[in-house]
Formats: sequence, C-alpha cells, structure tokens
Amino acid sequence: MQSRRQRIDEQKRGLAEKRLAAVSLPAGGAWATAARQEARQRLLDAGLPVRQDEYWRFTNPGLFTDAGVAAAELLPADDREAVFAGVDCLRIVFVDGVFDAARSGDLAAAGIEIERLADAATRDIHWARELYGKLEAQCQSPVARPLATLNTATAGDGLVIRVGKPVERPVSVSYLRKDAGAEAVLHHVIRLEPGSRLTLLEDGPGAARFSSVAEVEVGDGAAFHHVRVQGRDHGRQAVTALFVRLGTASVCKSFTLTANGRLTRNEVMAELTGREGVLHVAGAAVGDGTAFHQDDTVFITHAAERCESRQVFKKVLRRGAVGVFQGKILVHPEAQLTDGYQISQALLLDESCQFLAKPELEIYADDVKCSHGSTSGAIDPDMLFYLRARGIGIEEAQRLLVLAFLAEALDEIEDDTLAEEIRRRLAGWLERHRA
Amino acid sequence: MLEIRNLHVKLEEEDKAILKGVDLTVEAGKVHAIMGPNGSGKSTLAYVLSGRDGYEVTDGSATLEGKDILEMEPEERAAAGLFLAFQYPVEIPGVGNMTFLRTAVNAQRKARGEEEMSSGDFLKLVREKAKALKIDAEMLKRPVNTGFSGGEKKRNEILQMAMLEPKMCILDETDSGLDVDAMKLVSDGVNALRDAGRGFLVITHYQRLLNHIQPDVVHIMAGGRIVRTGGPELALEVEENGYADILGAEVA
Repeated sequence: MQSRRQRIDEQKRGLAEKRLAAVSLPAGGAWATAARQEARQRLLDAGLPVRQDEYWRFTNPGLFTDAGVAAAELLPADDREAVFAGVDCLRIVFVDGVFDAARSGDLAAAGIEIERLADAATRDIHWARELYGKLEAQCQSPVARPLATLNTATAGDGLVIRVGKPVERPVSVSYLRKDAGAEAVLHHVIRLEPGSRLTLLEDGPGAARFSSVAEVEVGDGAAFHHVRVQGRDHGRQAVTALFVRLGTASVCKSFTLTANGRLTRNEVMAELTGREGVLHVAGAAVGDGTAFHQDDTVFITHAAERCESRQVFKKVLRRGAVGVFQGKILVHPEAQLTDGYQISQALLLDESCQFLAKPELEIYADDVKCSHGSTSGAIDPDMLFYLRARGIGIEEAQRLLVLAFLAEALDEIEDDTLAEEIRRRLAGWLERHRA
Repeated sequence: MLEIRNLHVKLEEEDKAILKGVDLTVEAGKVHAIMGPNGSGKSTLAYVLSGRDGYEVTDGSATLEGKDILEMEPEERAAAGLFLAFQYPVEIPGVGNMTFLRTAVNAQRKARGEEEMSSGDFLKLVREKAKALKIDAEMLKRPVNTGFSGGEKKRNEILQMAMLEPKMCILDETDSGLDVDAMKLVSDGVNALRDAGRGFLVITHYQRLLNHIQPDVVHIMAGGRIVRTGGPELALEVEENGYADILGAEVA
C-alpha cells in the first residue's frame, strides 16, 4: 500500500513530467545545456508543487503548474504612464518575455557588463556558469522551490550582469505584454564584485503567465538595490524568485509593489554568509476583488555574525482580495549578534478580505535580537474621525491613512525619487479603486 | 454663533442617556466656559457637536450661524467653521504634520468654493503661526502627533486652529496634561485668536486654565444639563468650594 505522502510525491512528479514534456530545452552551449539538464532532472525527482505542500497551503499553485496558460486580458495601453519614466537609467525591454532590442538601450554602453542570457548561454565558457542554477539549487533545502527549478530548466533568456564598480545609473528592466496568452520565462544572473554597487529596477505585467528568477551574488562591501513594480493587468499570473547570497559587510535592499494581478507569488531566499551584512526585503501589495491573490514568501538565513535583516510587508485588500505572507528567519549557531526584524500587516478595507500569515523564527544562536509581528485590521476610526474633524473628506482621509499604513514599507526604498514614484503609483491606484 | 437647544443624546450602543436637555448659546466674540465634574457630559457635548460616531441625538437641535450641524458630516461641520481641539489628539504615524495641515486647509477652502492656497503662501503662513507657538520645523516634519509630548500635542491642536481660522472653537480639556509653561503658550495661542467674529467654548475641569483664557460666561454642567450660569466669578467659586457645594446648593 502506498502512503499518502508517496501518493502526493507521485502526483508532484507526474505534474513535472507533464509540464516538461510540453517545453523543449532552449538552445545553448555546453555549460547552459548542462545546467538546464541538471535542473530538469532535479525537477523530475522533486516534482512540482501541490496544495498539500507546507508552503503552498495558502496559495494554489495550479495556475503555475498547469501545462496550458490561462489568458489574461491586456490593460489598455493608454491607461498607463511608463513606470520610472522620469528616472535616468539604462532601459532594457522584454515584450512577452522576448528581448526587444529596438526599445532597449545599448547594453555595451552601460559601463558594466550586461549580456542577454540567450547570448551568454551559447558560449562554451562563461563566468555565469558559476551562478546559473547554482544559488537556486543551494536554496532547495530545507524548503523546495520547484517553480524556480522549472525556470532554470526552461528559461531561454534573461540578463547576465556583472558589476565591478559602484554604478550610479540604474538598470531598468521593463516586461511588457502584447499577446493576451503568452508565457514568459526569464532568468537573470547578477554578480556584484566586492565594493561595487547596482540599482536594478523592474516593472511591468510581464506576460499572461510570467516566471522570473534572479540569482544575485553580492560581494564583500557591495550594495544591491532593487525596486520592482508588478503591474496592473488583472488576469496576469506571476511567480518570481530572488536568490541572494550576501558577503561580508554587503547590502541588499529589495522592494516590490504589487498592484492587481490574478495570482502573484514572490519568493525571496537570502543567505547572509559574511559578518555585518545587511538585508532588507519589503513589499506593498494592493488588491481589489476576489480575483486578487498575492503571496510573499521569504526565507532568510543568518549564517554569519552581526548581520541585520528586515522584512516589512504591507497589504491593502478590498472586496474579497487575498494576501499571504510566509516569512522565516533562520539563525545558525554561529550567527551571534543577529538583528532580525519581521513585520507583516494587512489593512482590510472591508470584511470580505483575507490575510493569511505564517511568520517563523528558528534560532540556534543564543545572543540574538529577533522580533516579529503580524496584524490585520481595518482603518482606525479615531484617526479617520480626527482627519474628518479637520475638514478632510472621508475618501481623501481614507487615502491618506492607507498611504500612511504603507509608509513603513516604502521607507525601505533608499532613493527618495524612486520612493516618490512608488507613492504616486499607489495614490493613483487608490484613486481608481474607491469604496 | 452656536445655538444648542434642549439637546438630548444617548450612546448608540446602549440605552444610556448622557445629555439630558442642554441649552446653550455662544455669541460671536465671546468666550464661554463649561466646567463640571467627571462624567457630567462635557466631552460628549464636544464630540456630538463635532460629529463623532457612537452617539445618537434623541431630541433637540444645534445650529452654527443658523445652519443645522447635527445633520452634517464631520468634514462639513469643519468647513462650516466648527473646530474641536481634542482632549486626546490622535497620533497618525505615516502622515506628515505639514501634509496633514495643508490637506486640511485646502479641503476646507475647496468645500467653501475658495481657491487652494499656494504652497509658498501656505509655508509662509504655517511658519509664522508655528513660531508663535514655539513649534519648530522638526515638529512640523514629524508624523501627526506621533511621539509628541502632551504639551506638543496641545500646541499642535492650537496650530491647526490658527491655520484653519474657524468661527466656532471648542476646546475640550485643553489644559489636561499641560505644565505651567505649556499652558501659557497654549493660552496665548488661543487669546491671539480671540476676535469679534469668533466664538469659543472652553471645556475644563479646573479653573486654572480660565486664569489664562478669561471667559465672559461660565456654565456648570452636571448630570447632562447646564445647572448654573454666571460670570467669571463662578469659576472662582468652584475653585474655592469644589463642585459638591455648588451642586448641593442646586439640589437644595
């Protein structure tokens, strides 16, 4: 007799087989083909996620694991202004997951090494081989990340970036859509050499079904800033995984704004491997309606002493929208003097919304400071009355309080111009989604 | 200016009458004080006039310059010229004090069909008013009332009053939690706003505030009614003899 677990494992492997049978291995040279084949095998062994998996209890992975893509209506193009339009940056554009050279800036002129994965993969020898699929594979334990493995096995394009010095001008990657039924699978590999600095901006709805993985190595004393806007097409589905390995005294700060979308799962897996590393991950999500489901799943490993990590996630939900947060801090015995902080909060604008939170701490060092909190609630009636008593109309007062609720997450964006852009986007969303 | 007639109010959630027939008229240019023991209904009167949820008016009326305010939303009452200085100003983390002030000033202007104040004019005005209340730039930048001391919160209330220039000001226990210096600052702020066109209703438990803000009329409230009305000497009588004596005399 098969045990329940065995049956589930078989089902997971069956899903993986079916899914992989539907895609062909992207073209590439020896190293890329080896990495993809290795990922393919790992996925066949581990299987794709199902609802019974511990970290998929709150989010149904079905739309991600299905062989077919559920179409997503395109938001009228005139309805939006390009994100980060006012920021001086190197622009790189993918349309439905395909690199668009005509709309992208000159990669060679960036002052840093940027290549398309599609090009790097054709080479026999490339530095990216040391990272591609490697951080992803390392982070499969203790919790499996099969959708990232699927991405490693099937991504045909993405960016390969190596930064050797502090770079002031951000690199901006836009993921635009044209085809209502397209699937996009992109895989980025980013290496920040010691002492270097990079700001990466990402925006756009991506594709009807969008999968992106970024493997980022932040060298000693380097700083990686990441600001991402996941756009507004209501039917789109996105699964992202950010793998980060931080060296001594390095910094990584990642912020994501998610607006709309039928299903979004953003995973961050980060490991602090050198002392005095600083890692901040933050997110603001806004959703309106039962079709909105947004999930932040974070796993932070403190493997060195005197590191700091912060997780700040805020969600504003209305009319049946669902928000999920699963955040874990794991502190190894050698990671003394860890300073860990985690907060996840949802503002439920009516009683039909749901916030599902699973904060976890696992601490094996004895001299650490770790705090966590999770709340969900409505707009504070005393604050609302105070604003109204000063003549501020109820709708404007509510908008002010929603933005105030999100402020702690937005404060995690270091650059004021970028923070202001995000604030404007949120104000626009609130304007469009009134009670 | 403010006319309250036979006002009866109960708590919405329970069948408990709090105001049982309040009659009060505050004329433009006058300062009226309401004193009374705890639980007499003073703060309820302030909240009902400003439109806070949780109360139900069962009888009577309240008008501001002849307009029924009890039917208005809180923001409409504010735009009509009513201002409540809160006993416990609310902390609002994440909303900057300046943003708050500017939004309030412009919301009221808009509601009255006036043009919005330019940011230059606004900055100039807020700096000038803040200076008189010894509110520094740092305090203006911080989130509304967040982490403010008791005195700072009350000064911030008076700053809002000075910026909004209401016609009718209700001060709910503005002296609570103030030391002597802060009381002087706050009182000076209030006195600077005294004007022939503006009425004040000063709610206080103690007489001491009235040494700084000299009232024209003093009312004693007890059991949900105004039980005595007199001149400033009435406040001194309370200070001398306490409420028990006065209320005892009323009952007798």
